[in-house]
Amino acid sequence: MTKSRSFLKHEMVKFILFTILILFLPLAFKGGYLLNVFVFVGIHTLLAVALNLLLGYAGQISLGHAAFFGLGAYASGILTATHGQNPWLAMAVVAAAVGTLAFIIGFPILKLKGHYLAMATLGFGIIVYIAFNEAVELTGGPSGFSGIPNLSLGGVSFDTDFKNYYLIWGMTLVTILLSLNLVNSRIGRGLRAIHDSEVAARVMGVNVRFLKVQIFALSAVISSIAGSLYAHTMTFVSPTSFGFNFSVELVTMVIIGGLGSIYGSFLGAALLTLLPEILRAFQDYDIVVYGLLLIFMTMFMPGGLVRGIPALVGRIVMRSGAGSKADA
Amino acid sequence: MLEVQGITQRFGGVTALEDVSFRVAAGAITGIIGPNGAGKTTLFNIVTGIYTPTSGTVHLQGKNVSRFAPERLASLGMVRTFQNIELFGRMTVLENVMVGLHTKGKSGILASSLRLPWQVAEERRFRERAYHWLEFTGITDLADHEAGSLPFGKGRLLEIARAMALEPKVILMDEPAAGLNSRETLELARLIQKIRESGVTVALVEHDMELVMDICDAIVVLNLGRKLAQGTPREIQENPEVISAYLGEG
Repeated sequence: MTKSRSFLKHEMVKFILFTILILFLPLAFKGGYLLNVFVFVGIHTLLAVALNLLLGYAGQISLGHAAFFGLGAYASGILTATHGQNPWLAMAVVAAAVGTLAFIIGFPILKLKGHYLAMATLGFGIIVYIAFNEAVELTGGPSGFSGIPNLSLGGVSFDTDFKNYYLIWGMTLVTILLSLNLVNSRIGRGLRAIHDSEVAARVMGVNVRFLKVQIFALSAVISSIAGSLYAHTMTFVSPTSFGFNFSVELVTMVIIGGLGSIYGSFLGAALLTLLPEILRAFQDYDIVVYGLLLIFMTMFMPGGLVRGIPALVGRIVMRSGAGSKADA
Repeated sequence: MLEVQGITQRFGGVTALEDVSFRVAAGAITGIIGPNGAGKTTLFNIVTGIYTPTSGTVHLQGKNVSRFAPERLASLGMVRTFQNIELFGRMTVLENVMVGLHTKGKSGILASSLRLPWQVAEERRFRERAYHWLEFTGITDLADHEAGSLPFGKGRLLEIARAMALEPKVILMDEPAAGLNSRETLELARLIQKIRESGVTVALVEHDMELVMDICDAIVVLNLGRKLAQGTPREIQENPEVISAYLGEG
Protein backbone atom coordinates (compact mmCIF):
# COMPACT_ATOMS: atom_id res chain seq x y z
CA MET A 1 0.00 0.00 0.00
CA THR A 2 2.87 2.35 0.77
CA LYS A 3 4.28 1.47 -2.60
CA SER A 4 1.23 2.61 -4.53
CA ARG A 5 0.96 5.79 -2.48
CA SER A 6 4.59 6.62 -3.22
CA PHE A 7 3.80 5.85 -6.85
CA LEU A 8 1.14 8.56 -6.83
CA LYS A 9 3.51 10.99 -5.15
CA HIS A 10 6.13 10.14 -7.75
CA GLU A 11 3.60 10.85 -10.53
CA MET A 12 2.75 14.20 -8.94
CA VAL A 13 6.42 15.24 -8.74
CA LYS A 14 6.92 14.30 -12.38
CA PHE A 15 3.92 16.35 -13.40
CA ILE A 16 5.04 19.41 -11.43
CA LEU A 17 8.53 19.23 -12.95
CA PHE A 18 7.00 18.91 -16.41
CA THR A 19 4.72 21.90 -15.75
CA ILE A 20 7.68 24.03 -14.62
CA LEU A 21 9.60 23.03 -17.74
CA ILE A 22 6.70 24.04 -19.98
CA LEU A 23 6.06 27.32 -18.14
CA PHE A 24 9.67 28.48 -18.41
CA LEU A 25 10.44 27.14 -21.87
CA PRO A 26 9.45 30.39 -23.67
CA LEU A 27 12.23 32.22 -21.79
CA ALA A 28 14.71 30.11 -23.74
CA PHE A 29 13.13 31.11 -27.06
CA LYS A 30 13.09 34.88 -26.44
CA GLY A 31 9.88 35.13 -28.44
CA GLY A 32 11.48 33.75 -31.59
CA TYR A 33 10.31 31.33 -34.24
CA LEU A 34 10.67 28.33 -31.91
CA LEU A 35 7.94 29.76 -29.70
CA ASN A 36 5.57 29.50 -32.65
CA VAL A 37 6.66 25.90 -33.25
CA PHE A 38 6.03 25.06 -29.61
CA VAL A 39 2.50 26.41 -29.84
CA PHE A 40 1.95 23.62 -32.35
CA VAL A 41 3.80 21.12 -30.17
CA GLY A 42 1.13 21.96 -27.57
CA ILE A 43 -1.75 21.29 -29.97
CA HIS A 44 -0.10 18.11 -31.24
CA THR A 45 0.52 16.91 -27.67
CA LEU A 46 -3.16 17.39 -26.92
CA LEU A 47 -4.04 15.30 -29.98
CA ALA A 48 -1.43 12.64 -29.27
CA VAL A 49 -2.63 12.26 -25.66
CA ALA A 50 -6.19 11.90 -26.96
CA LEU A 51 -5.20 9.22 -29.45
CA ASN A 52 -2.94 7.48 -26.95
CA LEU A 53 -5.89 6.92 -24.60
CA LEU A 54 -7.54 4.96 -27.39
CA LEU A 55 -4.53 3.40 -29.12
CA GLY A 56 -1.91 3.08 -26.40
CA TYR A 57 -4.17 2.18 -23.48
CA ALA A 58 -7.29 0.52 -24.91
CA GLY A 59 -5.35 -0.86 -27.90
CA GLN A 60 -7.87 0.33 -30.49
CA ILE A 61 -6.51 1.89 -33.68
CA SER A 62 -7.94 4.99 -35.31
CA LEU A 63 -6.73 6.21 -38.69
CA GLY A 64 -9.36 8.93 -38.76
CA HIS A 65 -8.52 11.13 -35.83
CA ALA A 66 -7.65 14.10 -38.03
CA ALA A 67 -11.38 14.20 -38.81
CA PHE A 68 -12.34 14.94 -35.19
CA PHE A 69 -9.60 17.56 -35.09
CA GLY A 70 -10.93 19.09 -38.34
CA LEU A 71 -14.56 18.98 -37.24
CA GLY A 72 -13.61 20.91 -34.10
CA ALA A 73 -11.66 23.45 -36.13
CA TYR A 74 -14.26 24.01 -38.86
CA ALA A 75 -17.29 24.00 -36.57
CA SER A 76 -15.64 26.51 -34.22
CA GLY A 77 -14.62 28.64 -37.18
CA ILE A 78 -18.08 28.61 -38.76
CA LEU A 79 -19.94 29.25 -35.49
CA THR A 80 -17.74 32.21 -34.56
CA ALA A 81 -16.81 33.78 -37.93
CA THR A 82 -20.03 33.17 -39.84
CA HIS A 83 -22.53 33.22 -36.97
CA GLY A 84 -20.76 35.46 -34.49
CA GLN A 85 -21.09 33.08 -31.54
CA ASN A 86 -18.95 33.29 -28.41
CA PRO A 87 -15.78 31.24 -29.15
CA TRP A 88 -15.66 29.56 -25.74
CA LEU A 89 -19.30 28.57 -25.90
CA ALA A 90 -18.76 27.37 -29.47
CA MET A 91 -15.76 25.29 -28.40
CA ALA A 92 -17.81 23.55 -25.68
CA VAL A 93 -20.87 22.98 -27.87
CA VAL A 94 -18.76 21.67 -30.74
CA ALA A 95 -16.79 19.34 -28.43
CA ALA A 96 -20.06 17.95 -27.08
CA ALA A 97 -21.43 17.48 -30.60
CA VAL A 98 -18.26 15.79 -31.89
CA GLY A 99 -18.23 13.56 -28.80
CA THR A 100 -21.83 12.57 -29.47
CA LEU A 101 -21.02 11.83 -33.11
CA ALA A 102 -18.06 9.66 -32.04
CA PHE A 103 -20.27 7.89 -29.53
CA ILE A 104 -22.85 7.08 -32.21
CA ILE A 105 -20.39 5.87 -34.85
CA GLY A 106 -18.30 4.17 -32.15
CA PHE A 107 -20.94 1.53 -31.42
CA PRO A 108 -20.89 -0.10 -34.85
CA ILE A 109 -17.21 0.47 -35.78
CA LEU A 110 -15.60 -0.51 -32.49
CA LYS A 111 -17.11 -3.96 -32.90
CA LEU A 112 -14.40 -4.36 -35.52
CA LYS A 113 -10.89 -5.37 -34.61
CA GLY A 114 -7.38 -4.75 -35.91
CA HIS A 115 -7.14 -4.06 -39.63
CA TYR A 116 -10.89 -3.85 -40.05
CA LEU A 117 -11.14 -1.15 -37.41
CA ALA A 118 -8.28 0.67 -39.14
CA MET A 119 -10.20 0.51 -42.42
CA ALA A 120 -13.45 1.77 -40.87
CA THR A 121 -11.83 4.73 -39.13
CA LEU A 122 -9.85 5.46 -42.29
CA GLY A 123 -13.12 5.53 -44.23
CA PHE A 124 -14.66 7.90 -41.71
CA GLY A 125 -11.65 10.21 -41.98
CA ILE A 126 -11.87 10.28 -45.75
CA ILE A 127 -15.60 11.02 -45.74
CA VAL A 128 -15.12 13.98 -43.42
CA TYR A 129 -12.16 15.20 -45.51
CA ILE A 130 -14.28 15.10 -48.66
CA ALA A 131 -17.04 17.00 -46.86
CA PHE A 132 -14.58 19.78 -45.91
CA ASN A 133 -13.65 20.10 -49.57
CA GLU A 134 -17.10 19.84 -51.07
CA ALA A 135 -19.29 21.83 -48.67
CA VAL A 136 -17.93 25.00 -50.24
CA GLU A 137 -20.67 27.31 -48.97
CA LEU A 138 -20.02 26.25 -45.41
CA THR A 139 -16.28 25.62 -45.35
CA GLY A 140 -14.91 27.58 -48.27
CA GLY A 141 -13.84 24.33 -49.90
CA PRO A 142 -10.24 23.63 -50.93
CA SER A 143 -9.23 27.29 -50.69
CA GLY A 144 -9.95 27.31 -46.99
CA PHE A 145 -11.89 29.27 -44.41
CA SER A 146 -10.54 32.53 -43.04
CA GLY A 147 -11.47 35.33 -40.67
CA ILE A 148 -11.74 33.20 -37.53
CA PRO A 149 -11.41 35.48 -34.49
CA ASN A 150 -8.75 34.94 -31.80
CA LEU A 151 -9.93 33.74 -28.44
CA SER A 152 -10.16 36.31 -25.71
CA LEU A 153 -10.59 36.13 -21.98
CA GLY A 154 -11.44 39.08 -19.73
CA GLY A 155 -10.46 41.63 -22.36
CA VAL A 156 -7.17 39.89 -23.21
CA SER A 157 -7.06 38.75 -26.80
CA PHE A 158 -4.90 35.71 -27.56
CA ASP A 159 -3.33 37.25 -30.62
CA THR A 160 0.39 36.57 -30.14
CA ASP A 161 2.42 33.36 -30.03
CA PHE A 162 3.38 34.17 -26.45
CA LYS A 163 -0.23 34.37 -25.25
CA ASN A 164 -1.33 31.40 -27.35
CA TYR A 165 1.54 29.35 -25.96
CA TYR A 166 0.22 29.75 -22.42
CA LEU A 167 -3.41 29.33 -23.44
CA ILE A 168 -2.79 26.11 -25.34
CA TRP A 169 -0.28 24.66 -22.92
CA GLY A 170 -2.61 25.52 -20.05
CA MET A 171 -5.30 23.38 -21.66
CA THR A 172 -2.79 20.67 -22.57
CA LEU A 173 -1.36 20.47 -19.05
CA VAL A 174 -4.84 20.15 -17.56
CA THR A 175 -5.63 17.39 -20.06
CA ILE A 176 -2.38 15.61 -19.22
CA LEU A 177 -3.15 15.74 -15.49
CA LEU A 178 -6.69 14.42 -15.98
CA SER A 179 -5.43 11.71 -18.34
CA LEU A 180 -2.79 10.60 -15.84
CA ASN A 181 -5.52 10.30 -13.21
CA LEU A 182 -7.71 8.40 -15.64
CA VAL A 183 -5.16 5.79 -16.71
CA ASN A 184 -4.35 5.00 -13.08
CA SER A 185 -7.97 4.36 -12.11
CA ARG A 186 -10.64 1.68 -12.37
CA ILE A 187 -11.40 2.91 -15.90
CA GLY A 188 -7.72 3.02 -16.88
CA ARG A 189 -7.17 -0.52 -15.64
CA GLY A 190 -10.25 -1.59 -17.61
CA LEU A 191 -8.79 -0.03 -20.76
CA ARG A 192 -5.40 -1.67 -20.31
CA ALA A 193 -7.12 -4.97 -19.53
CA ILE A 194 -8.96 -4.77 -22.87
CA HIS A 195 -5.62 -4.19 -24.58
CA ASP A 196 -3.95 -7.23 -23.02
CA SER A 197 -6.79 -9.76 -23.08
CA GLU A 198 -10.26 -8.81 -24.16
CA VAL A 199 -11.78 -12.14 -23.16
CA ALA A 200 -10.28 -12.00 -19.66
CA ALA A 201 -11.47 -8.40 -19.27
CA ARG A 202 -15.02 -9.51 -20.11
CA VAL A 203 -14.85 -12.42 -17.70
CA MET A 204 -13.79 -9.94 -14.98
CA GLY A 205 -16.99 -8.00 -15.66
CA VAL A 206 -15.50 -5.13 -17.69
CA ASN A 207 -18.13 -3.89 -20.11
CA VAL A 208 -15.68 -3.98 -22.99
CA ARG A 209 -17.95 -2.70 -25.72
CA PHE A 210 -19.25 0.30 -23.79
CA LEU A 211 -15.84 1.22 -22.39
CA LYS A 212 -14.29 1.21 -25.88
CA VAL A 213 -17.03 3.52 -27.18
CA GLN A 214 -16.70 5.80 -24.17
CA ILE A 215 -12.95 6.21 -24.61
CA PHE A 216 -13.38 6.71 -28.35
CA ALA A 217 -15.83 9.54 -27.62
CA LEU A 218 -13.55 11.07 -24.98
CA SER A 219 -10.65 10.94 -27.41
CA ALA A 220 -12.80 12.68 -30.04
CA VAL A 221 -13.83 15.40 -27.55
CA ILE A 222 -10.19 16.21 -26.73
CA SER A 223 -9.31 16.21 -30.44
CA SER A 224 -12.21 18.55 -31.17
CA ILE A 225 -11.04 20.98 -28.48
CA ALA A 226 -7.56 20.84 -30.02
CA GLY A 227 -9.20 21.68 -33.36
CA SER A 228 -11.03 24.68 -31.91
CA LEU A 229 -7.80 25.96 -30.35
CA TYR A 230 -6.01 25.47 -33.66
CA ALA A 231 -8.68 27.41 -35.58
CA HIS A 232 -8.61 30.38 -33.19
CA THR A 233 -4.81 30.44 -33.15
CA MET A 234 -4.38 30.21 -36.93
CA THR A 235 -7.53 32.25 -37.76
CA PHE A 236 -7.49 30.26 -41.02
CA VAL A 237 -8.15 26.58 -41.74
CA SER A 238 -8.03 24.51 -44.92
CA PRO A 239 -8.83 20.83 -45.60
CA THR A 240 -5.21 19.72 -46.16
CA SER A 241 -4.49 20.04 -42.41
CA PHE A 242 -7.12 17.40 -41.64
CA GLY A 243 -6.45 14.70 -44.24
CA PHE A 244 -5.29 11.11 -44.06
CA ASN A 245 -1.65 12.19 -43.84
CA PHE A 246 -2.26 13.98 -40.60
CA SER A 247 -4.15 11.01 -39.12
CA VAL A 248 -1.11 8.85 -39.88
CA GLU A 249 1.20 11.48 -38.42
CA LEU A 250 -0.80 11.38 -35.18
CA VAL A 251 -0.51 7.60 -35.00
CA THR A 252 3.24 7.98 -35.65
CA MET A 253 3.55 10.51 -32.81
CA VAL A 254 1.89 8.12 -30.38
CA ILE A 255 4.00 5.14 -31.45
CA ILE A 256 7.34 6.99 -31.68
CA GLY A 257 6.67 8.66 -28.33
CA GLY A 258 5.59 5.47 -26.60
CA LEU A 259 2.30 3.60 -26.60
CA GLY A 260 0.58 3.77 -23.25
CA SER A 261 2.63 6.70 -21.94
CA ILE A 262 1.16 10.17 -21.56
CA TYR A 263 4.58 11.86 -21.46
CA GLY A 264 5.58 9.75 -24.43
CA SER A 265 2.82 11.52 -26.35
CA PHE A 266 4.54 14.82 -25.60
CA LEU A 267 7.91 13.46 -26.78
CA GLY A 268 6.40 12.06 -29.97
CA ALA A 269 4.49 15.27 -30.69
CA ALA A 270 7.56 17.42 -29.99
CA LEU A 271 9.82 15.29 -32.18
CA LEU A 272 7.48 15.10 -35.16
CA THR A 273 6.73 18.82 -34.96
CA LEU A 274 10.36 19.89 -34.56
CA LEU A 275 11.92 17.43 -36.97
CA PRO A 276 10.68 19.04 -40.22
CA GLU A 277 12.02 22.38 -38.94
CA ILE A 278 15.43 20.93 -38.10
CA LEU A 279 15.61 18.97 -41.35
CA ARG A 280 15.18 22.12 -43.45
CA ALA A 281 18.99 22.10 -43.55
CA PHE A 282 18.85 19.00 -45.76
CA GLN A 283 16.70 20.88 -48.26
CA ASP A 284 15.28 18.50 -50.88
CA TYR A 285 16.46 15.44 -48.99
CA ASP A 286 14.63 16.29 -45.76
CA ILE A 287 11.85 13.77 -46.39
CA VAL A 288 14.41 10.98 -46.91
CA VAL A 289 16.19 11.78 -43.64
CA TYR A 290 12.83 12.05 -41.91
CA GLY A 291 11.81 8.60 -43.14
CA LEU A 292 15.12 7.03 -42.18
CA LEU A 293 14.99 8.51 -38.69
CA LEU A 294 11.51 7.09 -38.14
CA ILE A 295 12.60 3.66 -39.36
CA PHE A 296 15.66 3.61 -37.10
CA MET A 297 13.66 4.78 -34.13
CA THR A 298 11.05 2.06 -34.48
CA MET A 299 13.83 -0.49 -34.97
CA PHE A 300 15.98 0.52 -32.01
CA MET A 301 13.37 1.99 -29.68
CA PRO A 302 10.37 -0.28 -30.09
CA GLY A 303 8.96 0.97 -26.76
CA GLY A 304 9.08 4.55 -28.03
CA LEU A 305 11.21 7.50 -26.98
CA VAL A 306 9.85 7.50 -23.45
CA ARG A 307 11.34 4.04 -22.79
CA GLY A 308 14.13 4.15 -25.38
CA ILE A 309 15.91 7.27 -24.14
CA PRO A 310 16.32 6.13 -20.50
CA ALA A 311 17.54 2.74 -21.78
CA LEU A 312 20.04 4.45 -24.07
CA VAL A 313 21.28 6.76 -21.30
CA GLY A 314 21.56 3.75 -18.99
CA ARG A 315 23.65 1.88 -21.54
CA ILE A 316 25.99 4.84 -22.06
CA VAL A 317 26.42 5.31 -18.30
CA MET A 318 27.10 1.59 -17.86
CA ARG A 319 29.65 1.57 -20.66
CA SER A 320 31.50 4.65 -19.41
CA GLY A 321 31.39 3.18 -15.89
CA ALA A 322 32.88 -0.09 -17.16
CA GLY A 323 35.47 1.88 -19.15
CA SER A 324 36.70 3.89 -16.19
CA LYS A 325 36.94 0.70 -14.13
CA ALA A 326 39.12 -0.86 -16.82
CA ASP A 327 41.35 2.22 -16.79
CA ALA A 328 41.94 1.96 -13.05
CA MET B 1 -25.89 -23.89 -7.95
CA LEU B 2 -25.20 -24.49 -11.61
CA GLU B 3 -27.45 -26.54 -13.83
CA VAL B 4 -26.56 -27.46 -17.39
CA GLN B 5 -29.42 -28.92 -19.43
CA GLY B 6 -29.34 -30.57 -22.83
CA ILE B 7 -26.38 -28.59 -24.17
CA THR B 8 -25.64 -29.30 -27.83
CA GLN B 9 -22.95 -27.48 -29.73
CA ARG B 10 -22.29 -27.86 -33.43
CA PHE B 11 -19.48 -26.16 -35.31
CA GLY B 12 -20.43 -26.47 -38.96
CA GLY B 13 -20.92 -30.20 -39.45
CA VAL B 14 -19.00 -31.20 -36.33
CA THR B 15 -20.91 -31.94 -33.16
CA ALA B 16 -18.68 -30.98 -30.25
CA LEU B 17 -21.28 -31.61 -27.55
CA GLU B 18 -24.51 -33.58 -27.72
CA ASP B 19 -27.27 -33.28 -25.15
CA VAL B 20 -25.03 -32.84 -22.11
CA SER B 21 -26.77 -32.30 -18.77
CA PHE B 22 -25.38 -32.19 -15.25
CA ARG B 23 -25.56 -30.22 -12.02
CA VAL B 24 -22.88 -28.60 -9.95
CA ALA B 25 -23.93 -28.75 -6.30
CA ALA B 26 -23.49 -25.64 -4.16
CA GLY B 27 -20.43 -25.69 -1.93
CA ALA B 28 -18.88 -28.69 -3.65
CA ILE B 29 -15.91 -29.26 -5.92
CA THR B 30 -17.08 -30.81 -9.17
CA GLY B 31 -14.59 -32.21 -11.64
CA ILE B 32 -15.25 -32.54 -15.35
CA ILE B 33 -12.97 -35.08 -16.95
CA GLY B 34 -12.65 -36.90 -20.23
CA PRO B 35 -10.13 -37.85 -22.89
CA ASN B 36 -8.80 -35.21 -25.29
CA GLY B 37 -11.48 -33.92 -27.63
CA ALA B 38 -14.29 -34.87 -25.26
CA GLY B 39 -15.62 -31.30 -25.36
CA LYS B 40 -14.64 -30.14 -21.88
CA THR B 41 -13.27 -26.74 -22.83
CA THR B 42 -16.15 -26.16 -25.26
CA LEU B 43 -18.54 -26.88 -22.40
CA PHE B 44 -16.73 -24.35 -20.21
CA ASN B 45 -16.85 -21.74 -22.94
CA ILE B 46 -20.60 -22.24 -23.24
CA VAL B 47 -21.28 -22.10 -19.51
CA THR B 48 -19.21 -18.92 -19.14
CA GLY B 49 -20.91 -17.17 -22.05
CA ILE B 50 -18.00 -17.14 -24.47
CA TYR B 51 -19.76 -19.47 -26.94
CA THR B 52 -23.47 -19.54 -27.65
CA PRO B 53 -24.73 -23.13 -27.65
CA THR B 54 -26.72 -24.54 -30.57
CA SER B 55 -29.32 -25.64 -28.04
CA GLY B 56 -29.73 -26.25 -24.32
CA THR B 57 -29.83 -24.07 -21.23
CA VAL B 58 -27.63 -23.04 -18.31
CA HIS B 59 -29.15 -22.03 -14.97
CA LEU B 60 -27.23 -20.20 -12.26
CA GLN B 61 -29.00 -20.38 -8.90
CA GLY B 62 -32.25 -21.14 -10.68
CA LYS B 63 -31.91 -18.21 -13.06
CA ASN B 64 -31.72 -18.94 -16.76
CA VAL B 65 -28.41 -17.42 -17.84
CA SER B 66 -28.12 -19.11 -21.26
CA ARG B 67 -26.67 -16.69 -23.82
CA PHE B 68 -25.64 -14.18 -21.14
CA ALA B 69 -22.40 -12.38 -22.00
CA PRO B 70 -19.39 -13.06 -19.74
CA GLU B 71 -19.48 -9.56 -18.24
CA ARG B 72 -23.09 -10.09 -17.20
CA LEU B 73 -22.29 -13.47 -15.70
CA ALA B 74 -19.46 -11.83 -13.77
CA SER B 75 -21.87 -9.50 -12.03
CA LEU B 76 -24.09 -12.49 -11.22
CA GLY B 77 -21.19 -14.23 -9.52
CA MET B 78 -19.74 -16.57 -12.12
CA VAL B 79 -16.06 -16.35 -12.98
CA ARG B 80 -13.50 -18.56 -14.66
CA THR B 81 -9.79 -19.12 -15.20
CA PHE B 82 -8.18 -20.16 -18.48
CA GLN B 83 -6.19 -23.17 -19.61
CA ASN B 84 -3.44 -20.98 -21.09
CA ILE B 85 -3.57 -18.30 -18.41
CA GLU B 86 -4.99 -15.02 -19.66
CA LEU B 87 -3.32 -12.34 -17.58
CA PHE B 88 -3.05 -8.63 -18.27
CA GLY B 89 0.65 -8.97 -19.02
CA ARG B 90 1.69 -5.32 -19.03
CA MET B 91 -0.04 -4.52 -15.76
CA THR B 92 1.31 -5.23 -12.29
CA VAL B 93 0.16 -8.21 -10.27
CA LEU B 94 -1.74 -5.85 -7.95
CA GLU B 95 -3.44 -4.11 -10.87
CA ASN B 96 -4.50 -7.46 -12.31
CA VAL B 97 -6.33 -8.28 -9.09
CA MET B 98 -7.81 -4.78 -9.06
CA VAL B 99 -9.37 -5.51 -12.46
CA GLY B 100 -11.04 -8.43 -10.71
CA LEU B 101 -12.66 -5.84 -8.44
CA HIS B 102 -14.04 -3.90 -11.41
CA THR B 103 -17.66 -4.85 -10.74
CA LYS B 104 -17.30 -3.74 -7.10
CA GLY B 105 -16.77 -0.10 -8.07
CA LYS B 106 -18.78 2.54 -9.83
CA SER B 107 -16.31 5.33 -10.62
CA GLY B 108 -16.48 6.37 -14.26
CA ILE B 109 -14.40 8.58 -16.54
CA LEU B 110 -15.39 11.84 -14.86
CA ALA B 111 -14.87 10.78 -11.25
CA SER B 112 -11.60 9.06 -12.15
CA SER B 113 -10.01 11.93 -14.07
CA LEU B 114 -11.02 14.46 -11.41
CA ARG B 115 -10.04 12.16 -8.54
CA LEU B 116 -13.22 12.99 -6.65
CA PRO B 117 -12.98 12.17 -2.92
CA TRP B 118 -15.24 9.13 -3.13
CA GLN B 119 -13.25 7.81 -6.09
CA VAL B 120 -10.03 8.13 -4.06
CA ALA B 121 -11.73 6.23 -1.24
CA GLU B 122 -12.87 3.56 -3.68
CA GLU B 123 -9.31 3.16 -4.99
CA ARG B 124 -8.01 2.74 -1.44
CA ARG B 125 -10.68 0.11 -0.75
CA PHE B 126 -9.76 -1.64 -4.01
CA ARG B 127 -6.08 -1.78 -3.06
CA GLU B 128 -6.85 -3.20 0.37
CA ARG B 129 -9.15 -5.85 -1.11
CA ALA B 130 -6.60 -6.70 -3.79
CA TYR B 131 -3.91 -7.23 -1.14
CA HIS B 132 -6.31 -9.47 0.73
CA TRP B 133 -6.60 -11.76 -2.31
CA LEU B 134 -2.86 -11.70 -2.92
CA GLU B 135 -2.42 -12.92 0.64
CA PHE B 136 -5.13 -15.52 0.14
CA THR B 137 -3.17 -17.00 -2.76
CA GLY B 138 0.23 -16.36 -1.20
CA ILE B 139 1.72 -14.02 -3.81
CA THR B 140 1.77 -10.73 -1.86
CA ASP B 141 5.52 -10.35 -2.40
CA LEU B 142 4.93 -10.17 -6.16
CA ALA B 143 2.42 -7.28 -5.95
CA ASP B 144 4.50 -4.77 -7.89
CA HIS B 145 5.87 -7.19 -10.50
CA GLU B 146 4.69 -7.03 -14.08
CA ALA B 147 2.25 -9.91 -14.58
CA GLY B 148 3.77 -10.87 -17.92
CA SER B 149 7.11 -11.62 -16.27
CA LEU B 150 5.75 -14.14 -13.75
CA PRO B 151 6.71 -17.80 -13.94
CA PHE B 152 3.81 -19.96 -15.11
CA GLY B 153 2.92 -21.35 -11.68
CA LYS B 154 2.71 -17.89 -10.10
CA GLY B 155 0.70 -16.66 -13.06
CA ARG B 156 -1.85 -19.36 -12.36
CA LEU B 157 -2.10 -18.26 -8.72
CA LEU B 158 -2.56 -14.67 -9.87
CA GLU B 159 -5.35 -15.74 -12.19
CA ILE B 160 -7.08 -17.40 -9.25
CA ALA B 161 -6.53 -14.32 -7.03
CA ARG B 162 -7.98 -12.11 -9.75
CA ALA B 163 -11.01 -14.39 -10.13
CA MET B 164 -11.57 -14.57 -6.38
CA ALA B 165 -11.54 -10.76 -6.19
CA LEU B 166 -14.97 -10.85 -7.84
CA GLU B 167 -16.17 -12.73 -4.75
CA PRO B 168 -17.89 -15.20 -7.06
CA LYS B 169 -20.54 -17.73 -6.10
CA VAL B 170 -19.03 -20.21 -8.50
CA ILE B 171 -15.56 -20.39 -10.01
CA LEU B 172 -14.80 -22.50 -13.07
CA MET B 173 -11.21 -23.53 -13.61
CA ASP B 174 -9.99 -24.81 -16.95
CA GLU B 175 -7.15 -27.27 -16.30
CA PRO B 176 -5.72 -25.43 -13.31
CA ALA B 177 -2.90 -27.97 -12.86
CA ALA B 178 -1.72 -27.91 -16.48
CA GLY B 179 1.93 -26.91 -16.65
CA LEU B 180 2.46 -27.11 -12.90
CA ASN B 181 5.08 -29.32 -11.23
CA SER B 182 4.06 -31.77 -8.52
CA ARG B 183 4.80 -29.40 -5.64
CA GLU B 184 2.82 -26.61 -7.29
CA THR B 185 -0.03 -29.03 -7.97
CA LEU B 186 -0.13 -29.95 -4.30
CA GLU B 187 -0.29 -26.27 -3.32
CA LEU B 188 -3.02 -25.76 -5.90
CA ALA B 189 -5.06 -28.61 -4.40
CA ARG B 190 -4.84 -26.95 -0.98
CA LEU B 191 -5.81 -23.59 -2.46
CA ILE B 192 -8.85 -25.06 -4.23
CA GLN B 193 -9.97 -26.67 -0.98
CA LYS B 194 -9.50 -23.33 0.78
CA ILE B 195 -11.68 -21.67 -1.86
CA ARG B 196 -14.39 -24.27 -1.28
CA GLU B 197 -14.15 -23.76 2.48
CA SER B 198 -14.69 -20.03 1.96
CA GLY B 199 -18.12 -20.95 0.57
CA VAL B 200 -17.41 -20.74 -3.15
CA THR B 201 -18.61 -23.52 -5.42
CA VAL B 202 -15.85 -24.92 -7.64
CA ALA B 203 -16.07 -26.64 -11.02
CA LEU B 204 -12.93 -27.68 -12.81
CA VAL B 205 -11.83 -29.36 -15.99
CA GLU B 206 -8.71 -31.36 -15.33
CA HIS B 207 -6.43 -34.00 -16.79
CA ASP B 208 -4.51 -34.69 -13.60
CA MET B 209 -6.50 -37.71 -12.31
CA GLU B 210 -4.74 -37.82 -8.99
CA LEU B 211 -5.76 -34.22 -8.28
CA VAL B 212 -9.34 -34.81 -9.43
CA MET B 213 -9.81 -37.98 -7.38
CA ASP B 214 -8.20 -36.30 -4.41
CA ILE B 215 -10.21 -33.08 -4.13
CA CYS B 216 -13.45 -33.52 -6.05
CA ASP B 217 -16.74 -34.36 -4.37
CA ALA B 218 -18.40 -35.21 -7.67
CA ILE B 219 -17.15 -36.03 -11.13
CA VAL B 220 -18.72 -35.73 -14.56
CA VAL B 221 -17.13 -37.78 -17.34
CA LEU B 222 -17.41 -36.63 -20.93
CA ASN B 223 -16.43 -38.70 -23.94
CA LEU B 224 -16.79 -37.72 -27.59
CA GLY B 225 -19.14 -34.88 -26.71
CA ARG B 226 -21.53 -36.93 -24.58
CA LYS B 227 -21.86 -37.41 -20.86
CA LEU B 228 -20.58 -40.86 -20.07
CA ALA B 229 -21.01 -40.98 -16.32
CA GLN B 230 -21.50 -38.91 -13.18
CA GLY B 231 -20.77 -39.82 -9.59
CA THR B 232 -18.38 -39.73 -6.68
CA PRO B 233 -14.68 -40.30 -7.36
CA ARG B 234 -15.02 -43.90 -6.15
CA GLU B 235 -18.01 -44.63 -8.39
CA ILE B 236 -16.20 -43.17 -11.37
CA GLN B 237 -13.06 -45.18 -10.75
CA GLU B 238 -15.08 -48.37 -10.71
CA ASN B 239 -17.27 -47.53 -13.69
CA PRO B 240 -16.45 -50.01 -16.51
CA GLU B 241 -17.57 -47.61 -19.25
CA VAL B 242 -15.21 -44.93 -17.96
CA ILE B 243 -12.35 -47.38 -17.77
CA SER B 244 -12.88 -48.52 -21.33
CA ALA B 245 -13.16 -44.92 -22.60
CA TYR B 246 -9.83 -44.10 -21.01
CA LEU B 247 -8.01 -47.29 -21.88
CA GLY B 248 -9.57 -47.78 -25.29
CA GLU B 249 -11.90 -50.62 -26.08
CA GLY B 250 -10.13 -53.90 -25.72
